[in-house]
Amino acid sequence: MSRHRVKAVSYDEDEYDDGYYSPDPEEQEFLEQCTTEVLNQLRAGDPSVTATRSEVQDALYHYYDDIEKSVNYLRGKKVKELQKKQAAAAAPPAALKTKGTSVPVYPEPPLISPAPAAHFSAADFFRDAPWLNIPSHRKAEILVEPLYPRLGLLGGAPESAGGGKVSKLAALAAARRKKEGDKAAAATPPAATDSTAAETAPKAASTESKGATLSLRERLAVSGKLQKSPSDGHQSLRSLGRGSRQGGSLSGKKTSTEPEPQESPKQEEAASVTPEPKTSGTSEKEDHTALNIRAPPSTFASAMVGDSTRPKMTEPSHLSANTLDLIRIYGQDLTEPFDFAGPSPDDVVINAQSSAKGFKSKQPASKSAGDKKTQADLAGGMNNLSVEEKVNVKSKNLDVLSEYKKAERKRAMNFAVIGHVDAGKSTLMGRLLADLKAIDQRTLDKYKREAEKIGKGSFALAWVLDQGAEERARGVTIDIATNKFETEKTVFTIVDAPGHRDFVPNMIAGASQADFAVLVIDSSIGNFESGLKGQTKEHALLVRSMGVQRIIVAVNKMDSVQWDKERFDEIEQQVSSFLTTAGFQPKNINFVPCSGISGDNVTRRSDDPNVSWYQGRTLVDELEATEPYSHAVDKPLRMTIGDVFRGSVQNPLSISGRLDAGSLQVGDQILTMPSGETATIRSLEVDGEPNDWAVAGQNVVLNLANIDPIHLRSGDVICRASAPIANVTSFTCKVLAFDHLLPSMVDIHRGRLHVPGRISRLLSTLDKQSGAIIKKKPKIVAPGTVARIVVEMDQAVPLEAPTRIVLRAGGETVAAGLLE
Amino acid sequence: MRLVKNKIELNGSGTVTLCPEEPEDMWHAYNLIRPGDLLRASAIRRVTTTQDTGSTSSARVHLTLEIRVKSLDFDPQSSQLHVSGQIVNETAHTKVGQHHTLDLELNRNFTLEKEIGSDGEGVGWDSIAVQMLKDAVDESGNRRAEAVAVVMQEGLAHICFIGQFQTILKQKVEMSVPRKRQGGGDHDKGMNKFFQVTLDTLVRQMEFNTSATSLSTNNETVRPVLLASPGFVAAGFQKYIQSVANTSMPALKRLLPSIVVVHSASGYLHSLAEVLQSPAVKTILADTKYARETRLMDDFLDQLRKETNKATYGPREVESAVDQGAVGRGGGVLIISNRLFRSQDVAERKRWVSLVDRVRDVEGGEVRVLSSDHESGRRLDGLGGVAALLTFPIVDDAGDEDDDDDSQ
Repeated sequence: MSRHRVKAVSYDEDEYDDGYYSPDPEEQEFLEQCTTEVLNQLRAGDPSVTATRSEVQDALYHYYDDIEKSVNYLRGKKVKELQKKQAAAAAPPAALKTKGTSVPVYPEPPLISPAPAAHFSAADFFRDAPWLNIPSHRKAEILVEPLYPRLGLLGGAPESAGGGKVSKLAALAAARRKKEGDKAAAATPPAATDSTAAETAPKAASTESKGATLSLRERLAVSGKLQKSPSDGHQSLRSLGRGSRQGGSLSGKKTSTEPEPQESPKQEEAASVTPEPKTSGTSEKEDHTALNIRAPPSTFASAMVGDSTRPKMTEPSHLSANTLDLIRIYGQDLTEPFDFAGPSPDDVVINAQSSAKGFKSKQPASKSAGDKKTQADLAGGMNNLSVEEKVNVKSKNLDVLSEYKKAERKRAMNFAVIGHVDAGKSTLMGRLLADLKAIDQRTLDKYKREAEKIGKGSFALAWVLDQGAEERARGVTIDIATNKFETEKTVFTIVDAPGHRDFVPNMIAGASQADFAVLVIDSSIGNFESGLKGQTKEHALLVRSMGVQRIIVAVNKMDSVQWDKERFDEIEQQVSSFLTTAGFQPKNINFVPCSGISGDNVTRRSDDPNVSWYQGRTLVDELEATEPYSHAVDKPLRMTIGDVFRGSVQNPLSISGRLDAGSLQVGDQILTMPSGETATIRSLEVDGEPNDWAVAGQNVVLNLANIDPIHLRSGDVICRASAPIANVTSFTCKVLAFDHLLPSMVDIHRGRLHVPGRISRLLSTLDKQSGAIIKKKPKIVAPGTVARIVVEMDQAVPLEAPTRIVLRAGGETVAAGLLE
Repeated sequence: MRLVKNKIELNGSGTVTLCPEEPEDMWHAYNLIRPGDLLRASAIRRVTTTQDTGSTSSARVHLTLEIRVKSLDFDPQSSQLHVSGQIVNETAHTKVGQHHTLDLELNRNFTLEKEIGSDGEGVGWDSIAVQMLKDAVDESGNRRAEAVAVVMQEGLAHICFIGQFQTILKQKVEMSVPRKRQGGGDHDKGMNKFFQVTLDTLVRQMEFNTSATSLSTNNETVRPVLLASPGFVAAGFQKYIQSVANTSMPALKRLLPSIVVVHSASGYLHSLAEVLQSPAVKTILADTKYARETRLMDDFLDQLRKETNKATYGPREVESAVDQGAVGRGGGVLIISNRLFRSQDVAERKRWVSLVDRVRDVEGGEVRVLSSDHESGRRLDGLGGVAALLTFPIVDDAGDEDDDDDSQ
């Protein structure tokens, strides 16, 4: 292959040329056929219209020889023109008012009702537009060159209308079409004139849509023929505005004819980006010479500047006023008759509907834009645009506290179920839920089958709460499980805590959400004793040191000791003595003998004759007898995150927890600590039910937006930016020592918050009752004494006084106390 | 560390030439080299020369430089030691008094000289320095006691290397694992992801060869891997490694026999103390310095708990106990962190060295220098860096009024 041959291959170009510049005879013939066909159809159709051949051919060209479409298009166009003519003829002279305010009130032209037109009428559409009432004497000032759609179907987007680079081909085509249009105009004066112009009307209207300023300027720039009539002796407002803006030489004497600065500037015109409209006499002359090729004004243009058929109006007084703010006129009235910044009527309707439905739809970014959009607004709008889409959630601005008082809710309480490992906590709670029908029988049967399959049939009830695969396989609760059930008076939330010593951190998290506690004790021989030494004791101390006042002791597995009253009494005596030393008041301690596995004395009184000695309340009755607790509803918002998870597809990021203090509602901005990031509450659930607000004491799930999940960890604290919680690396606290305290490494627990730290200094030991200092700078703090110590942490942690904290070391709780 | 040449004079001055062979030797060098010492090592220095015409050219030249140490910078993660100071020897490219930072490199000799100045600005090779040198050189060669420990809990893992003298936290893995929820399987998925990340990190940190061919070819010894956690996390992780070894990464099978699962109270680094006390680990790391140190600290804390007044801590308290002769023959032990000897202040160092010398030589007590880079040393640092087991109880009411400067 030689290079020559490659070079010689140029038939592609030839074909290209053929297709565009010299249509082959076949095509010509086909075009002729189509044209006649279209003309016939037009004539025959319902509103009989006529059209020039060239028009028809143009339409055919743009519709790719589709006869039907071309006919429809042309008919629509012609009908509009007819209506327009009628309307223009009927338009009575309109009085003109002085423009005093920045928002000019233009007289509304009288309602002209042409024959109820089924078709779209441009005149009708623009009827109330302010620029419709331009005085008639100015109608000839601006001759807008018809803007032909280029390189596309009719009515295509006029992105580059007049402004962009025009290809030679397009320029040629435009020139040819213009000539044809002019010829046609000469032939059939009124109808055809409008017909050519009307072609551009839809386009011009769409150009007008947003960047009114831009398109107008472009058009001004392009139409070198824009002129003013010297007879009327007034500057075009537009050119005046432009002149004063560009040259700055033009003063308020706009009434002067042909001001000097604008007369000469041939070069200036060439140099300036947006050439000055020619207003001088020379250009006038030029216009005359070029008259025969000039296109008649478009519908739009005639709508803008008035119509020859329109009666002349009196001279607008604002034109003769000496103190006219030209820029204001230019900038607001003429170029921005209507901006499309506000929501469209459709949007308004849709928004109203969605808000009525409680939908939180995304609001358009320009929602707040007023009806007057200045450049500054535009710039601001640009700044608001960001790559990441912000979700705006509309706040309902509820007064949550009054809503809370209004709401007729059942009282709600949380209780923690604590006790030694294998005391039967989960099983007892599973029984409670099953008997109260909080869980359906089918699920229960399924659990029973599956549990039996792996040889742990007795764990079936516990599986209601132990949902984890690991938990089920091992038969041990690992993490807290929350579940709720209702009695007639109260909604209870169970927080089932793990009993194993390794999971005490999780138990602390659970206990921190509890109003009161149910201590489950294994009454069988040996287990009670080991439990008392183990987590029975530790848990009881922990819940007490976390502020729990009331404790119900469920003496479980009584069936294994044949409901022996003596055994029960022995346990009651031992446990109550221990609990009173731990700081529980005797009136707040209740004992219930029960059996989780059989369900005796849980929700129903046992019918076993051996239990006849017990006449007290069942476990549920005891739960109901508990007094509700008040929460710090009016304090600043505080919530410890219990869990961060993916709720659903709609809510990719959710957090759960219990509100410690304060209140919140949908749409609120919240701050997470220690990361210090803000988030928006997209929606929230209270006790599993969607709600608009939540107050302290409620268990909530918050669906968040506008935050990255890496900023959220369980144990973090949610607060408000107005009342943030401080992150500290060191704090002083007053603690009750459970073990020897000396400067050493400890784990600090507060609810889900769980961080490593160290006791850096022992400040003093205190008297238990009075709080007076007994000894300064002790070397070591003995168990059972109260001491003031300083704890330091490596990382900053959100803590504030008065918070109850627990210090653990080596798997044991060494101290618990209050931040100071 | 190999001792190449030892020229320590009787009066304590003299030079030592050492060759570091392992990364941990850098830590020893860090403890041996003090500000004011003379250090001679090979260096690469960029020298800029100006011609008569004014044009400059710079070249990197190999030099042997001797500097008077001003400061040390030790990076335990990568075991790199940078020693900066002023040059004291004249070379063709450098002038006396110019500053230079020497980067000590493995298998490259360096010479360390400690002087005894006439006006006492240097301390020379004191007993502590000589002891450290002995530890560093380790003539008996019984220091193959390295292990990798992964202390973990749900969503948190600390991967650390336990060496003879230091515990290096290599990497911390932290992930948010969703908690168990009603009807949610996120927790198990999250745990799996967490295990996967932890295993990847562990393998990378151990520089474990995971290619399939390594199974048969090289028989490098694998360090014991301790997995410690509360609950079942460590066991779950072991199971996960097993499943990965069986499916996607057969090379991990070499790792499996060396894995030991231990219980710890939490996933934080300070739980490592508990890990190393567990019987399973003690058999692996029998009688390492670490194990001895840990045991010593436990003894001390036991004594303190018993409130027999036979144990005390804090700089002033210990000094007064030594003054009273309580840290002597028959059970007196002075426990001191080597952080105190690293002090920039010569007087401070002299204070502790003289205390150590006094207990050992005059009182006849035992002295244990604990590495501050170990968990037990860190515990000791929490107590002020120095503690003592006493031969008889002493009453500690003296330290109440002037103890504000003790809490350092």
